[in-house]
Amino acid sequence: MAETYYDPADLPRFAEMAEGSPELWKKFMEYYGAVFEDGALSEREKALIALAVAAAVQCPYCIDAYTRASLEKGSNLEQMTEAIHVSNAIRGGASLVHGVQMKNIVDKLSM
Amino acid sequence: MIRSIPSLQKSGNPLASTARQREILEGESAFPRFEEKLGESSLTPLRTTGIEVLQINVGKLCNQTCKHCHVDAGPDRKEIMTQETAEACIRALARTESIRIVDITGGAPELHPVFRYLVTEARRLGRHVLDRCNLTVLNLRAQGDLVAFLAANEVEVIASLPYFQARQTDAQRGAGVFESSIEGLRKLNSAGYGSGNGRRLCLVYNPGGAFLPPQQSSVENDFRRELRKRHGIEIDALFTITNMPISRFLDFLLESGNYETYMCHLIEKYNPCAAEGAMCRSMVSVGWDGTLYDCDFNQMLDLPVDERVGRHIADVDLAEHVGRRIATGRHCFGCTAGSGSSCGGEVA
Repeated sequence: MAETYYDPADLPRFAEMAEGSPELWKKFMEYYGAVFEDGALSEREKALIALAVAAAVQCPYCIDAYTRASLEKGSNLEQMTEAIHVSNAIRGGASLVHGVQMKNIVDKLSM
Repeated sequence: MIRSIPSLQKSGNPLASTARQREILEGESAFPRFEEKLGESSLTPLRTTGIEVLQINVGKLCNQTCKHCHVDAGPDRKEIMTQETAEACIRALARTESIRIVDITGGAPELHPVFRYLVTEARRLGRHVLDRCNLTVLNLRAQGDLVAFLAANEVEVIASLPYFQARQTDAQRGAGVFESSIEGLRKLNSAGYGSGNGRRLCLVYNPGGAFLPPQQSSVENDFRRELRKRHGIEIDALFTITNMPISRFLDFLLESGNYETYMCHLIEKYNPCAAEGAMCRSMVSVGWDGTLYDCDFNQMLDLPVDERVGRHIADVDLAEHVGRRIATGRHCFGCTAGSGSSCGGEVA
């Protein structure tokens, strides 16, 4: 058993999630594969979005997988760093914009 | 100025031994054998379908020591093809009409004394010649007339450039290589290369680490756009090549802890179409000492051709090599992953 909760060796075991419900796993993987195909957005753009979302939801498995995927789709450190900053800006911005709600309450409570 | 690191051989690294590399690649492990995967797609035993390319590795001398090099080439290497062996290559070429392409590689082939002889004689025999060029060699003082020589002989230049930015290129190929490569590309453009006429300039992209190359067409678009915009440089094409788990790249994989994961990825992405179109099926590779191999990768692992056919370029009948059984191993997963990889880029 690993001494930490996260073990990189667990990422390749993702497909074991089929065991509890093969039908749901199959539906999920069909949808997942279709999402990441070339479409209106390229495979590279989708990989970078996935990386940014992975950073936002802080999933180490996804960060591992989509860093590699971004490189394998021809991205580079500069593009991936900007994607992380986009994630960061939205997460920070989401806190900051709730400050407007704070201001509404200050206005209501204050003379 | 290019700064190079010592070769595995010079630094006494155990991986300088091909026997040690083969032990690691073919040892007992959970990885399937390459022949098992071929068997699943009814391609075993893998055989040549014809001999169209004569790839000549003129030696291991190079002015660079790139980290991914499967040859372990460098300035300290002494393996250099003799004139006698080069003449044997030309005799074999003259006898074998099916060979239309002579692909000269190394090391840095231009630094070897037999290079210009091979180019002029192959051209005299009407064959198309490829030069696997590291670009920085074009800037050496002693090679001042090299670009003119290549242009006059309409040699197709296949030049390695891992990225259109300095950081990634220099990390892989040595400090100062990017700047020198751009200077070399400008010289080639000035001599008429890259403008869509008879002087072809093709770049080779290989990944800057333990990951697979992107789709060839998307990388080609990136390189064309960025080289034109940033440096005013034009190219005719770009190929992607997968890094092979041999020699210095194998050393990198083991040292960085990436070996197992990289091999898993190569094997997961095994593509039978890529195996069917593998370059070894239509070529023969000649070593600096005239020994024959199925490809440059087998050459660097000391795996000569099947013992039932001629094993030396002197007086070989290359017609015997049609239908030749190809020696394979786990390193072959490098050429059959995804869209496949060859000296000419994607194969599937």
